[in-house]
Amino acid sequence: MKKILPILLFILAYLLIQSLILLRVLNPYWQQIIQFAGLMAISALGLNLIYGYTGQFSLGHAAFYGIGAYTSALVTKSYPHGGLPVFIASLIAAVIVVAIVAFLIGMPILRLKSDYLGIATLGFGIIIKVLFDNADAVIPSLGGSRGMVGIPKYTNLTITFILFFIAIIVIRNFVYSSMGRACISVREDEIAAESIGINTTKYKTIGFVLGSVFAGVAGVLYAHLYTFLHPSNIDFLKSIDVLLIVVLGGLGSISGTIIAALGWTFLLEGLRVILPAEILDWRFVIYPLLLIMVMIMRPRGLWGGVEFNFLRPKEYGRPATDK
Amino acid sequence: MIRILCISLILVLGISCGPQENVIKVGLVAPLTGDVKTFGESTKNAFTMAVDEVNAQGGINGKQIKAYITDDKNDPTEAANAGSKLINQDGAKFIIGSVASKCSIPLSLVCQAAGAVMISSASTNPRVTVNDDGSRKSNIFRACFIDPFQGSVAAKFALDHLKVKTAAILYDVGNDYVKGLAEFFMADFVKGGGKIVGYESYTKDDTDFSALLTKIKEANPEMLFVPDYYNKVALIAKQARQFGIKSVMMGGDGWDSPEMLKIAGDAIVGSYFTNHYSSDDPRPEVQDWVQKYEKTYGNRPDALATLAYDATLLMIEALKRAQSEEPMKVRDALQQIRDFKCVSGSISFDEFGNPIKSAVILQYTKTGQAYVATVTP
Amino acid sequence: MEYFLQQVVNGLQLGFVYALIALGYTMVYGIIRLINFAHGDVFMIGAYLGYFGIAYFHLPFPIALAFAMFGCGLCGIIIERLAYRPLRRAPRIAALITAIGVSLFLEYFTSLKFIFGPDYLAYPRPFTVTTYQIGGVSFSTIQIIVFSVSILLLVLLTYTIQNTKIGMAMRAVSFDKETASLMGINVDYVISLTFGMGSALAAAGGVLYGIAYPQINPFMGIMPGLKAFVAAVLGGIGNIPGALVGAIIMGLVETMSSAFVSSTLRDAIAFSVLIIVLLFKPTGIMGKMGTEKV
Repeated sequence: MKKILPILLFILAYLLIQSLILLRVLNPYWQQIIQFAGLMAISALGLNLIYGYTGQFSLGHAAFYGIGAYTSALVTKSYPHGGLPVFIASLIAAVIVVAIVAFLIGMPILRLKSDYLGIATLGFGIIIKVLFDNADAVIPSLGGSRGMVGIPKYTNLTITFILFFIAIIVIRNFVYSSMGRACISVREDEIAAESIGINTTKYKTIGFVLGSVFAGVAGVLYAHLYTFLHPSNIDFLKSIDVLLIVVLGGLGSISGTIIAALGWTFLLEGLRVILPAEILDWRFVIYPLLLIMVMIMRPRGLWGGVEFNFLRPKEYGRPATDK
Repeated sequence: MIRILCISLILVLGISCGPQENVIKVGLVAPLTGDVKTFGESTKNAFTMAVDEVNAQGGINGKQIKAYITDDKNDPTEAANAGSKLINQDGAKFIIGSVASKCSIPLSLVCQAAGAVMISSASTNPRVTVNDDGSRKSNIFRACFIDPFQGSVAAKFALDHLKVKTAAILYDVGNDYVKGLAEFFMADFVKGGGKIVGYESYTKDDTDFSALLTKIKEANPEMLFVPDYYNKVALIAKQARQFGIKSVMMGGDGWDSPEMLKIAGDAIVGSYFTNHYSSDDPRPEVQDWVQKYEKTYGNRPDALATLAYDATLLMIEALKRAQSEEPMKVRDALQQIRDFKCVSGSISFDEFGNPIKSAVILQYTKTGQAYVATVTP
Repeated sequence: MEYFLQQVVNGLQLGFVYALIALGYTMVYGIIRLINFAHGDVFMIGAYLGYFGIAYFHLPFPIALAFAMFGCGLCGIIIERLAYRPLRRAPRIAALITAIGVSLFLEYFTSLKFIFGPDYLAYPRPFTVTTYQIGGVSFSTIQIIVFSVSILLLVLLTYTIQNTKIGMAMRAVSFDKETASLMGINVDYVISLTFGMGSALAAAGGVLYGIAYPQINPFMGIMPGLKAFVAAVLGGIGNIPGALVGAIIMGLVETMSSAFVSSTLRDAIAFSVLIIVLLFKPTGIMGKMGTEKV
């Protein structure tokens, strides 16, 4: 019974939102925000896997988000009236491309330690953005700095929920499997892990590739929600946004990441709704102040190391906390 | 916890819509924060002025206008969210916005899908009003001319009037307005017999152009075409003159700002640019506008303020003519507007929602801007 | 040949300005292992303080520079006290996120109308600019000022770190905080001082930047801050001569790629160089490989 209850709750949440939409209580503005929050959660779960669980400090997450988005958009634009099958094909294409790129860049880069890895991934992110800015010289429909228009709108609440659900299942099962435990050991103490025979390079790469794939999936959803892509969607400030969410939620906590992603999206939009016009420009003064206060009061993040019970398998006991 | 409370509070606030009042709701999307905040400020000031003026005169068909102002931070996602909020949350079906094409395009998608009418004040990328396949987005219009036109005006002026044969172009690779204008200028300049001896790009955050200018100096062009916003152009002009580059400089409507001479000083004197209007234009609309803006806000209006003012007045005029708040009726009225006298000229919309209007060529002198010529399409 | 030399001069000018910012990053990192994201914005505040000094108080250039440096030094100390000291014992990432928050706050707060405002301000040059030609390469007064001020400050900094007692204290704290405090060094004081010095250097960078590229706005610190940070890492983060080396390399790589390869891909090339260097020297050019104790 315990296992089924959370799944039922999840479905209930979905049905609730759908009915609110039908009843015209939730207008398209909020529908879009909910879907955006969902895809940010998927992206954040990916970074949580890379940084929270495997301890690899990556500042280039938005690059994979962008690669996934542009790849899938190219596919769906090439077959404009394909409908759902084309969308699924584009999703698969995006996943494959992101995985390959993540693997290729991960192999050399993951040797670097901590802050240097962060800088290298940041550099990688900027390189990708510059490449997309100039991409229209190679593939005109990518649009370059003009942006890519005309992407069909396939994302809807159902698809977002399904992918969100799959993301949670995948990451939760990964983290509590032996592969996940290997990743956590890499985070905790890489030398000790090596000395007991864990191939740290292999697991770092697996964590990195899988986490980046999540970002790619989020990118696919984004492209087909806003139907417009522009390289400014993937600059390093966007990578920092995802990092903020993951740290705020608490490293190594799936539920923390999800709640932080949803909370962050609604906080920013909420501030837009609440603030009167004259002080609209205070939105980004209030937001960082709140950020600083939260970090000083709860430096481990709001849910650092804590997990909702239904996500933890019964045999497990208390999960490993972050360092 | 606190987070959950916040979320629920925000959701509740969000879901409850305001009571219906007897007003006409018009929305504005502009970059009120972020790196082009100055353009957003001008746009907002002009929009507010137009709305206040009309309300003071009795409103539209007896109803007052209620203005909803939102910020897009010069970011495409924010622009789409802001537009969606205006339409769905605030109930405003008539939108003025935005400034950058990269924000106006996603905004136009939201407006078109929701059946709202949109006029962009300052976005010059053709794809704001037109879809990828060339079909028109029926509800979307703009108040400014588009880049292909502006580029060709500049090229013609350079070739015919200034008799320039070689030119070098500096453009911002990440800004589609600048890049588009550069490309259109280049195409028409070459078509007219000119030669492009340098085509160099920089990025938005660059302030050091020494490498590029040194390269350009080697090529020795007669003209340097820099179709960017005034702040970048001022920097480039100063550095170019410092390096001893004597080529005449030219640019687009982004050059228009009261700050340009202040920042660039002598470096920009003698350079030309295309613009939507000239503040020296003796037409009463222009003089009235310049004076009242200066009185209210303390500085002369730039092109962005002027275009925002015109865009707002156009929307209001269409609402008046349609005698209805039905977006489709307003949209039709807007499309049918002919020779409507605005500050920036006499406006008629073509089938792509772009205004058929003339451009002027201005020159920077030691004291300000001097009118040189008008070019009609 | 002159073209090449000219580009070298251009690259050096850019490099020296980056160096002043990079030093602040590297000093702070060396002492508390924090990537101070807000450093680029302190640079921005320094530029503005210099602007006010010259434009409003009509101070002569050296005094305005000192005013900016002092003001920013104070800023840096206040930020450290309020935002970073409470997190001294917390996970490092918490301080990093707080630094990001401070950075965003500084940018958006100063762009509010009643603070600095969002407009691009023209930087006054309180001296005449003359251009000299030496063998086909142009030098202007601006470059001379940039080079001389940065070299002077660098010499001062190196002297302070190597030859004074406080410099020894700083080196000790960056080596091992706990032992240094056991030796009677007031660690809090040293850290505050480091922040102050780093911020003062950034302020000098800001004023020089304003003089050289005469336009300032509240968001001007993002890119130079990022590039200076990359320069510090390139040279080996925590290593002071390394920061200078890294910054000069960054300035030259940027300029040379614009000049000889493609200005469009300039940033991509600069960052690729960074990644390649890191792959061969994972702790930067002059960084030391730390021994990890198991």
